[in-house]
Amino acid sequence: MDKFGMHSQTEQLHARHVGTGNADTTKHQWLAHQHRDTLAHYVADNSLATYISIAEGETVARTKFNMLQRMQQPCGPPPLPPAVEE
Amino acid sequence: MSSDLKEQLEVERRNRKKLEEQAAAASATTTKNNARSQKATTRARGFVDEIKFDTDLYGAGDKYAGFDTSIGVSEEQQNPPQQQYDDFAPQKSRFGITAPRELLEELQDAAEEHSEDPLKAIQRARGTNRVIADRESDYQKRRHGRQLSPERTDAFGASNATEGGLNYSEAMRRVQLENEKADLMAKIKKAQEEKKESQEYQQTEEDSSARPRRMWDVETPTHPASTSSDTKRRNRWDQTPADIHTTAIAETPRRSRWDETPKVIDGSANSIFGETPRRTRSRWDETPLIIGNGTGSAVGFGATPAGAYGLETPSVVQIAAAGSAFSSKQQESQQQPSAMDARNMYQTDEELDALLPSEGYIIMDPPPSYVPIRTPSRKLMATPAPLQGSEGFHIGEETKHPEIELPSEIPGIGALPFFKQDDMQFFGKLLDGQNEDDMDISEKRERQVLRLLLKIKNGTPPMRKIAMRQIADKAREFGAAPIFNQVLPLLMAPSLEEQERHLLVKVIDRAMFRLGDLVRPFVHKILVVIEPMLIDEDRYARAEGCEIISNLSKAAGLPAMIATMRPDIDHADEYVRNTTARALSVVASALGIPALLPFLKAVCKSKKSWQARQTGIRIVRQTAILMQSGILPHLNSLVECIGHGLEDEHQAVRTTTALALSALAEAAAPYGIESFDSILKPLWLGIRKHRGKSLAAFLKAVGFIIPLMDVEHANHYTREVMLILIREFQSPDEYMKNIVLKVVKQCVTTPGVPAQYIKDEVLPEYFRNFWVRRMALERRQYYQVIDTTVELAEKVGGAEIITRIVLHLKDESGPYRNMVMEAISRIITNLGAMDIEGRLEELLMDGVLYAFQEQAGEGKVMLDGFGIVVNGLGTRAKPYLQQITSALLWRLNNQNPQIRQQAADLVARIAPVMKTCGEDELMSRISIMLYEYLGEEYPEVLGSILGGLKSIVNVIGMSDMQPPIGDLLPRLTPILKNRHEKVQENCIDLVGRIADRGAEYVSAREWMRNCFSLVDLLRAHKKSIRRAAVNTFGYIAKAIGPQDVLATLLNNLKVQERQTRVCTTVAIAIVAETCAPFTVLPALMNEYRVPELNVQNGVLKSISFLFEYIGDMGKDYVNAVTSLLEDALLDRDLVHRQQAASVIKHMALGVAGLNNEDPVLHLLNYLWPNIFETSPHSICAVLEAIESCRVCLGPGRVLQYTLQGMFHPARKVREVYWRIYNMMYVASQPALVAFYPRIENENKNTYRRYELDYTI
Repeated sequence: MDKFGMHSQTEQLHARHVGTGNADTTKHQWLAHQHRDTLAHYVADNSLATYISIAEGETVARTKFNMLQRMQQPCGPPPLPPAVEE
Repeated sequence: MSSDLKEQLEVERRNRKKLEEQAAAASATTTKNNARSQKATTRARGFVDEIKFDTDLYGAGDKYAGFDTSIGVSEEQQNPPQQQYDDFAPQKSRFGITAPRELLEELQDAAEEHSEDPLKAIQRARGTNRVIADRESDYQKRRHGRQLSPERTDAFGASNATEGGLNYSEAMRRVQLENEKADLMAKIKKAQEEKKESQEYQQTEEDSSARPRRMWDVETPTHPASTSSDTKRRNRWDQTPADIHTTAIAETPRRSRWDETPKVIDGSANSIFGETPRRTRSRWDETPLIIGNGTGSAVGFGATPAGAYGLETPSVVQIAAAGSAFSSKQQESQQQPSAMDARNMYQTDEELDALLPSEGYIIMDPPPSYVPIRTPSRKLMATPAPLQGSEGFHIGEETKHPEIELPSEIPGIGALPFFKQDDMQFFGKLLDGQNEDDMDISEKRERQVLRLLLKIKNGTPPMRKIAMRQIADKAREFGAAPIFNQVLPLLMAPSLEEQERHLLVKVIDRAMFRLGDLVRPFVHKILVVIEPMLIDEDRYARAEGCEIISNLSKAAGLPAMIATMRPDIDHADEYVRNTTARALSVVASALGIPALLPFLKAVCKSKKSWQARQTGIRIVRQTAILMQSGILPHLNSLVECIGHGLEDEHQAVRTTTALALSALAEAAAPYGIESFDSILKPLWLGIRKHRGKSLAAFLKAVGFIIPLMDVEHANHYTREVMLILIREFQSPDEYMKNIVLKVVKQCVTTPGVPAQYIKDEVLPEYFRNFWVRRMALERRQYYQVIDTTVELAEKVGGAEIITRIVLHLKDESGPYRNMVMEAISRIITNLGAMDIEGRLEELLMDGVLYAFQEQAGEGKVMLDGFGIVVNGLGTRAKPYLQQITSALLWRLNNQNPQIRQQAADLVARIAPVMKTCGEDELMSRISIMLYEYLGEEYPEVLGSILGGLKSIVNVIGMSDMQPPIGDLLPRLTPILKNRHEKVQENCIDLVGRIADRGAEYVSAREWMRNCFSLVDLLRAHKKSIRRAAVNTFGYIAKAIGPQDVLATLLNNLKVQERQTRVCTTVAIAIVAETCAPFTVLPALMNEYRVPELNVQNGVLKSISFLFEYIGDMGKDYVNAVTSLLEDALLDRDLVHRQQAASVIKHMALGVAGLNNEDPVLHLLNYLWPNIFETSPHSICAVLEAIESCRVCLGPGRVLQYTLQGMFHPARKVREVYWRIYNMMYVASQPALVAFYPRIENENKNTYRRYELDYTI
């Protein structure tokens, strides 16, 4: 069924690329990855970081630091699984 | 002396009896039937109870308390509560098999339909013998002597799951017992020899009137003593050692000199044999006894006149003489019954009486000088069988069970491709026709395992696959014992074949993986079976064995492995120690050297036995060989561990240590000299002290350590060791020679050693001893000498060496000339021929020519050598070319095809040199000659002639070629039809070359004729031929215009054969590339209208290749092919859509960034619905096409498509969409940041990305 080892490669894929997902990825996980990617992009790109720091009225370093901090839980805590919530 | 020994033996026997009783008590525990044995176990375990294991490390309670011990395979067994957790346990099915269940089940049913493994059928038809036992060396055969020891208790397991196994102390005692037995055997043997000597002396003194022995008296063991007159005298055959298979032996009290029947007792330990009853003696009846036990129960055997088997050798175990199928257990304990061939039986006295007339003849006494042949059976008896094993001699079972019909259908399995006679022993149980419903669960399980094993061993590949999966999945359900108790005896079977072993070993591997630490009780058994694979001559078998043992050590854990193998480390049998050392080295590499280091230290410093020390050092050696540079971090401790072994009192240990050090140094090179500092001194002293084999080992160690040293030290030590090396140059021992050569090579490559020193000190002796004819006769030395000589040349310069050996090119011995030529050619390849001048150059060319002309037989040494020497000389070869050419022309005319072929091959090699020397005239003569010989009938020779012509055409150019190209090509066209691969390859190369460079010399009609022949070449097996043919199409199309060639090719698309069609599509694409696409595309697209699947697919494929080759040229043709692709993507045929996808892939990649987004987007819309394709080829093609579209259109566009399905309610849809998303994410994650959709916050979570809303 898995003749060409596509599934066997997925494991490696996920290990190498954190942001990739699968059919069971939840909305929260997906968005958390999006936010991290976005924040990383801002931090890495100096002009974008400057733009944001001007908008926020902070120093560039502070902005970058804040964004790095936010990467821990960019979207807040993960929602509880529905089974337990009830 | 002898009475002393007798007493000693008596004492030893008593001791042994005591031990045996203990062992019997211990092994009685293995019978797991009643409470008595339970009690025995607990008593026996008293030893181990005192050992307290660290509970932190090994755990106190049952660590599997909260877990299921087995996992159901089929859906029904899955417990329903699991379903409700599924929602928040997303990772679970992440990497599972995603095929629908009905497909999986379908495969299970389909198993029977498939035919037999074709490879095996071929092997059987050819009669290829794949039986492992038949190709084993004597040493490897010793594996048959090993037994599968009883299971062991799992001392490290949390729960004592396996009651009744051997515990560690019992295992140790067992081995001790075996060692003592071996010791005793050796003593008995020695005593026997001594006695024999003394008796022979006695015999000469005895009066000759005593009745001389008859030849058939001698070997028969059961002489009643009553008639013998000299009862007191003990003679030489009365102390025959029994062939002991188990530790339990009932010694018969001694009565007379004859009654110590050498008994062969085997089978289970509780069987006690009664003494052989004596009979009155007749003249003829001294027939041997056959002792055997069919059932393993305690039966006393009467003396049977061996009518049927008439064996003279009493020690041969006759098992299953009645032809009953015996259980695997017995088989395993008896290893190999060496049955006598029925045709070679000795005639019984009755038969002799019946045959010979009774009157007129007397039975003659043999002359007194006659000595009966008694050695074979003597030796057989004197050999301690459990150590050496039975002889490994195995006769097909057909003679034994002629009455058993071989079944083709096994109940519960169905038809099998084959069922061998030997399988009957193991799988006979399945055929007894009992109803399984009546059996208890364990028996049922056993049968289930047996059935699966039979399927794996004898089944068709699909059957095998399914059975393999089942046995792996259910391993925990079955438990370790039922699986291993069936598999392991199978692996010990004498008729095991390679493939069977591979499959069964795979079963062990899979089962082990599932069972985890439940394998612990079986570790030793598995090792006994797998260890022999580590010394197999087949590299793959060795690798397989390594893998199994490393998996085993991971499953069982280090403590269990060590506890299991510890008793074998100082086993009396060298074979056991050797294999154990190898197995432990695998464990070391699997679990890391640091883990094993404390144990190694302890073993290497063992005071008790030198065998243990040797084994420890061997482990280090094997680890170094296995792990190579992986040992570097632990080099210090390893060297420290074994260093003291150099000064061991035992020579074997010293030798092993030296070898281990050399292995360590070799693995560590070029680092780690500081680790060896401590052993340098003893090593150097050792070189002076030792002789023979151990000196060789020491020299080897030195040879590998010197290259690690810094320059000055290396120089110093090389000089030191060279004295000894030069002394040993003359050693007649081959082993020593090989090592000396290796050490010289190592020393010479070290930078610190000056060239002048080598020239003065080493070379004279070296050439005197090693460059002699004798060295060329043995392959290994041949290469060793050449290697070393080449290294020497690197040091002292090529001319120096060549001067010394060049004269040998005219030696009368052919192999020696070969050796000289090979050395010279390698030296010139490495160093060039710049320093060869004057007289040496003449001598060399002279010698080379002579050797070339004198060469006998095949082999490329002379040919290559000649080519290399001539090419090395370059322009300096000019004076010799005239002579070479005339020799060549003469040889081309030779009657012997081989000589013609060599000459033609030589032309190919020296053509470039002739060009550099400006000898075009000579070359033309040769090429005309070759041209004339194009009618050659031997294809090999014809291929070489074509090769020669090709190289001449290459160097001389099309315009100056003689004969002119216009004449040459028409001669080549018919040769293209030749079916011989060498001819085809050379011919197509030549034709391609001409088409490429000199197409204008040939008429268009001729080229068309060529095209037709070329079409056939597309069917060739060799890829290079097909590639050359396809390229040639391109050249020809370029020369004469694409129309005609294209017509030929398009016609070719209609043929049935796939390979031809594929090659044709490639050829069309190449034509399109060379002649611009607009010349080809219209015709190609027109061809698509042919309502034929093959043609349409061929067209699509051509277009795909076309776009691949033309790259960004494709931007002008996208719109042209769009409608065709639309049609193909809407086709019902899967292959159409697949091919269209691959066209889009190449096209979109080619036109990326060239303003063709509109048509590509349009095609993407048609492409997208195909993402749900399940066939692997088409889904691959579709996904790749989407990937290309992403490159062309940008990831944002494709992301919008992807977002539609990533959270679709259907899992199947989500899976595909996530795959596309992942693809995209991996390739262009930063670009996606800008395109993610805006998602509103939920109660606790912020999902909006506010920064995107900032405006300044």
